[in-house]
Amino acid sequence: MIAFWVLALALIASGVFTITASKPVYSVVGLLGNFVVLAILYLTLQAEFLAVIQIVVYSGAILVLFLFVIALLSSGVKPFDEGTNRLPRVLIPALVLGGIALVTIVFSAVRSPSPAQPSITAGSPGALGQTGEAGVFGSVANFGQTLFTTNLLPFEVTALLLMVAVIGVVLLAGDDVPSRLQVRERGTEREPIVKSGEPLTR
Amino acid sequence: MRKNLFNVGALFHGFRTTFSYFFYKKPTIEYPSVKKQHAPRFHGLHELRRYGDGKERCIGCELCAIACPANAITVIGAENTPEDRHSPGERYAAKYEIDELRCIFCGLCEEACPTDAIVLTPRFEMADYRRGAFVYAKDRLLVAPDEGVGQAPDERPNGIPSDLGMVSEKKSTVDVATGYDATARGKYLKEHRRGLAG
Amino acid sequence: MQAAADLINAVPFWLIVLVKSGIVLLVVITTFAYSMLFERKIMAWMQLRPGPNRVGPWGLMQPAADAVKMMFKEDLTPNTADPLIYKLAPFISLITAMGVFAVIPFAEPTGTGFFGAIGDVNAGILFVFALTSIGIYGISLAGWSSGSKFPLLGSVRATAQMISYELSMTLSVIGVLILAGTTSLMGIVHAQDRVWFVIPQILGFIIYVITAVAETNRAPFDLVEAETELVGGFHTEYSGLRFGLFFIAEYLNMITVSCLATLLFLGGWNALFGLTFIPGLIWFLAKAGAFLFFYIWLRTTLPRFRYDRLMDFGWKVLFPAATLNLVLTAVVVAFWPTNG
Repeated sequence: MIAFWVLALALIASGVFTITASKPVYSVVGLLGNFVVLAILYLTLQAEFLAVIQIVVYSGAILVLFLFVIALLSSGVKPFDEGTNRLPRVLIPALVLGGIALVTIVFSAVRSPSPAQPSITAGSPGALGQTGEAGVFGSVANFGQTLFTTNLLPFEVTALLLMVAVIGVVLLAGDDVPSRLQVRERGTEREPIVKSGEPLTR
Repeated sequence: MRKNLFNVGALFHGFRTTFSYFFYKKPTIEYPSVKKQHAPRFHGLHELRRYGDGKERCIGCELCAIACPANAITVIGAENTPEDRHSPGERYAAKYEIDELRCIFCGLCEEACPTDAIVLTPRFEMADYRRGAFVYAKDRLLVAPDEGVGQAPDERPNGIPSDLGMVSEKKSTVDVATGYDATARGKYLKEHRRGLAG
Repeated sequence: MQAAADLINAVPFWLIVLVKSGIVLLVVITTFAYSMLFERKIMAWMQLRPGPNRVGPWGLMQPAADAVKMMFKEDLTPNTADPLIYKLAPFISLITAMGVFAVIPFAEPTGTGFFGAIGDVNAGILFVFALTSIGIYGISLAGWSSGSKFPLLGSVRATAQMISYELSMTLSVIGVLILAGTTSLMGIVHAQDRVWFVIPQILGFIIYVITAVAETNRAPFDLVEAETELVGGFHTEYSGLRFGLFFIAEYLNMITVSCLATLLFLGGWNALFGLTFIPGLIWFLAKAGAFLFFYIWLRTTLPRFRYDRLMDFGWKVLFPAATLNLVLTAVVVAFWPTNG
C-alpha cells in the first residue's frame, strides 16, 4: 500500500513535470520517468509481462520516436517533397499481403479455443511463478488470447487509428513553408505526391 | 549493394586473414628495452675529436658554422699562446656551441671541417626536459682526453663506436647538469627547477 | 547437511539478493575492465602489433591505469550543453547496462541458488529488452544535450539505428521463445538440454549476431561514433568519468549481448560432447568469451558500413529475414508440435 502511494505520487509528479517542463526534451525525460514508474506499478500488481511490455513498447519505441522528432524539429525536411510516387507499384503486393494477414488473423481468431477465465490472484506466490502459463492474470498466454480473440476488433481498429494519426501528423507537419523554389530547381521529372505550395487542410 | 551483400566468400576471406595474423610473430621492436643496430654512417649527435697527445683538433676556423644550413653552430676562435695551447695550429675554438634543436643532422659540418674535428656519432637519444639543455657546449662535445688518436680520426683504439649501447656507456655526454650551465637561461632553470631532469 | 540448509534458509531473502548483487557487480566490473584489455590485445595481435604491454606483466595492469587516468581527467561541461540532461545521460546508459545482469543466469542454480541469477524473472528476456530499449535514451539524450553538432548527429544515428535493429533482434529472439515456450532465461536454457537452439534457429542466430553488433554500436556498425566523420559521436563532448561511464556501458552491453547469445542460442551452461565434469559456469563463461572474441574479430576485419546502406540492410534484408524466420518457426511448431 505504501508502495502504491509512493508510486502514484511519483506518477502524478512525473506527469505534471511532463506537461509543465520548459523544454520538449525535458518533457520526454518526464514521460520516460512516468512510463518507468507505471511499469513498477504493474510489477507490484504481479503483472510482469504487462510491465515489461509497457517499457518495451512505450519507452522503447514510441517515446524514442518522439525524441527523434524533437531533436530534428527544426530540420526543415519535407517528407513528401522528394522521390517519385511509388504507390501504384507497391499497391497490389501490399493488398495481397494485407489480405493474407487479415485472413490469417480472422482464421486463427475463429479457430482458437475460447479464452480461459483470467483468475486474478494478485499477491499470491503462485501468480509470480507462472507468468508464462495460461489462466494467470497478466500472463503471456492470456495477453495473446485476449488480444487476438475477444478484443481483436478494438485492437485492429486502434492500430488503424494510430496509422491514420501518423500519416495525418506527417501531412500536417510536413509542409509548413511553401517551397516552390526548390521544386522548380529540381526539375519536373519528379512528381511530388503532395504539391508544394498548396494549402493543406488544417 | 546486392552484389556485395551475398559475397560471403570475401567475408570469410577477410576473417581468415585477420585470424591468421593473430598468430603471426609481431614485428614490433620494443624500443626502450630492445634497440636496433644503426646504419654505420647514421647521423646523430656531434662530437669534437682530439689528437693522440690530447690536443683538440678544432682550430677555430668557423668553416663548420659557415657550412651549417641551419645556423646551428656558433664558433668563437681565440689565439693559442705557448702557455695555454689547446690545438696544434695558431687558433683554437674558445667557444663552440651547437644548438641541437636547430641542427638538421645533415653532416655538412663534418665535410667542411679541414681537420676532421667535428664528427657525427650514431647517438640520438638526447631527450631532455628543458630547451636550454639542447645547446651543447664544448664541455659536452669534446671527447675525453684519453680517447684521442693520432693523425686519422678513424684510427682510434676502439674504432668509431657505432654500437649505440656502447657509445652511451663509454662516453656519457648526457650530463644534464652542465647542459644547463651552457646558457644563461639553462642556468636559471637549473637553479629553479622542481624535481625535473635530475 | 540439514543444519547447513536450515542456516541458509534462515538468511533473509534481501540479504541473499544484496550479496549476490554485490558479487555480480564486482565480477561484471572486473570483466568489463579486462574485456577492454582483451579487445585491445586481440585487435593488436590481429593487426600485427603487440598491444598494451607496459603496465604490469603483459600489460595486465592496463585497466587499472586506465581507470586512474579516467578518474583524474577533468570533467568538462560545454557552455552550450543542457547541464541537467548532460549529467543525467551517462547514468541512464550505465544503469540500464548494469541492470540487465540482474536477470542473467550464469549457471545451474544449486540448492541455495547461489550461482544462478540474482533474480530469475519469468519475463527475463523481455526484461533485458526493456532495459536495453531504455539504454537508447542515454545515448540520444547525451547527444542532444551536448549542444554540439557532432554529438547530435551521432545520437540521431544511434537512435535510428538502434530502433531499426532492435526490431529484427526481437523478432529473431522470438523464434527461440516459440521453441522454448517460455520467456524465462533459465527455462530457455533448460529447453536446450538436448539440442542447442543455434541448430534449429540458425537463421535466427545469424540475424541475432548481426543485430547484436548493431545494437551495441560496434564496428562495423559503429556509425554512432564513427571517428572519421563524427569525431566521437554522441560522447564527443564528454570527458573524464562521465565518458568512462559511457565506456563502461558500451562494454557491459557487449558482455550482455554475448551472455544472451550464449543463453538463447548456444545452450547456456549446457556442456558440449557430454563433458559434464566441467562446471556449468565454466561452460557459460567459455561460450560467452568465444562470442566476445568473435565480436572483436568482426571489428578488426570489417570496414564500417555507410549509413544509408546500414538502414537498407536493416530494413530490407534483416527485417524480412527475421520475419521469415519467425513465421517458419511458428508454422513448424504449429504443425509438428514436439515436447522439446
